[in-house]
Amino acid sequence: MKTGAKSRIGLRGLTLYGILYLVFLYVPVLFLPLFSFNDSLHIAFPLKTFTVKWYEQMFANQELLRAFFNSVKVAASVSVVSTVLGILAARAFTRYRFPGRRPALGLLVLPLVVPGIILGIALLIMSKWAGFQLSLITIAAAHVLIATPFATFVMISRLEGFDPNLEEASRDLGESGWTTFWRVTFPLALPGIVASLLLTFIESFDEFILAFFLSGDEATLPLYIWSQLRFPRNLPVVLALGACILLASIIIVAFAEWMRRQGVSPARNTKK
Amino acid sequence: MENRSDFVSLRDVSKHFGSVRAVDGVSLDIAQGEFFALLGPSGCGKTTLLRILGGFEAPNSGSVHIDGADLTIEPANLRPVNMVFQNYAIFPHLDVRQNIGYGLRHEGLSKAQMGQRIDEALATIKLEGLGDRGSNELSGGQRQRVALARALVKHPKVLLLDEPLSALDKSLREQMRVELRALQQKVGITFIFVTHDQEEALSMADRIAAPGEGAPSHGEAVTVGIRPEKLTLGDRPPPDGANGVKGILTAAAYLGERNHFFVTVDGVADPISVASQNSTPVDHKGWREGSEVWLTWEPAGARLLRG
Ligand SMILES: Nc1ncnc2c1ncn2[C@@H]1O[C@H](COP(=O)(O)OP(=O)(O)OP(=O)(O)O)[C@@H](O)[C@H]1O
Ligand SMILES: [Mg+2]
Repeated sequence: MKTGAKSRIGLRGLTLYGILYLVFLYVPVLFLPLFSFNDSLHIAFPLKTFTVKWYEQMFANQELLRAFFNSVKVAASVSVVSTVLGILAARAFTRYRFPGRRPALGLLVLPLVVPGIILGIALLIMSKWAGFQLSLITIAAAHVLIATPFATFVMISRLEGFDPNLEEASRDLGESGWTTFWRVTFPLALPGIVASLLLTFIESFDEFILAFFLSGDEATLPLYIWSQLRFPRNLPVVLALGACILLASIIIVAFAEWMRRQGVSPARNTKK
Repeated sequence: MENRSDFVSLRDVSKHFGSVRAVDGVSLDIAQGEFFALLGPSGCGKTTLLRILGGFEAPNSGSVHIDGADLTIEPANLRPVNMVFQNYAIFPHLDVRQNIGYGLRHEGLSKAQMGQRIDEALATIKLEGLGDRGSNELSGGQRQRVALARALVKHPKVLLLDEPLSALDKSLREQMRVELRALQQKVGITFIFVTHDQEEALSMADRIAAPGEGAPSHGEAVTVGIRPEKLTLGDRPPPDGANGVKGILTAAAYLGERNHFFVTVDGVADPISVASQNSTPVDHKGWREGSEVWLTWEPAGARLLRG
């Protein structure tokens, strides 16, 4: 009995640790929505009265809206481009054996582990040297660089889940490579494709460091937020914006994760 | 219709993967309408040979002809050949009818004609009424039938089957042997199937080949497996002295359309069964139990059993 009691204490300890961990992780984030409804310029307790005026100011702020739409433009192009590249790369990695396959897979992770600031400086130097005008396009290009490995891994895990014989069966039944892609590969990979589009969108949307180095005169939303931190009276608006982004991100990521797990059933096909 | 004996013809086909010689200089002729088995142990290149026929691997050397046309480098989607994959490869996002109709899109059929072809195929494999089932609502045996229908609905010249029964449980496997054989007789399409099960090959195929196995050397003691229908009974040794053995007739049974004889051969414990169609002119006048007879067979009808 003694050991049972002991392990129960151990279990309590673990539960407590788990709760503390979640508090540490999420409470700071929860301050965002909390103070965004607080009628005060200062982020401090006690709370004053409830207000939505920061949200009203946010929607009236042209500069902010402009940055928001810039970010949406960049993120949308990045998600499409990197997902297409990811599908192609994932197909190559999962369907063909070619020399250098393993090193190439290794190199693919590189942009994910190189610190953003190093990558930012490197890309800035390269852009200057190549004579590229800094703009939203240079930002988008840099985001494609970091989002493509991401998309590739999402697509690899999706394509590995389904039987290559399905594509061969389609060829066997008279479809060319291209029509096989549309009739078999695409519908089966669709949940992965949607997940990849959403995740790379988010990745680009909230990226700061590369955008910071590579921006021209147009700002993305994270750059705009950063620029506003110098003005204390704009802080509550930033909090309101942050709360909106937080909500949207949670919804998108949850949806993407749900999509990614959808009908992994193609793997069932390989079993009897 | 004249049945060509070289309807499917492989000439010196080789395929290697790096240093692995998966298929090494195979030459084969397969007749039209034949049920042909490729038998061999795991890893001897059976699947690779089938994939070469299906157009999924290009041979490093040699040629593949089907019905007189050189298909060596023809892509899979343009070959008059269809395949039943070992795991059946049923499209999981399509239902049974859509799976079966998948390959009909380029045949220039109207919707009604297409529906009719699918209905015919469903009837052939005895799955009428299951057309609207989702593909993951099927049992292993039903999946196999769908895979068969999906290939046969294209009316291929040759049907390839890669270990078609290995994913089924034992009793179903035995039932499917009979059904596959009957199906092949009914549709008359050339079947080439792969197995590593001798009994399966012997019970289903008209003829058996084993890739990667040479001819026995002279004087080597071998065991030969032959289907009862492939043996001929006579009272003379074969002219060239090969492929014959002398025995004593121990029993004869006349079973309507078939005759069965049992012959005891020296060195073989059980009497050997010989079947003959009543229509074939078996010269059994004067034979009685205890008569000395010769069993002869075509080299192609026999299968060397080793090990
Ligand atoms: N794509 C490939 N790349 C490299 N080696 C291969 C490839 N496909 C087959 N091989 C090799 O070729 C040889 C023959 O393979 P194959 O699949 O044709 O054998 P099999 O007779 O069908 O065996 P099993 O009865 O186990 O299915 C094996 O040694 C296998 O490892
Ligand atoms: Mg095989």
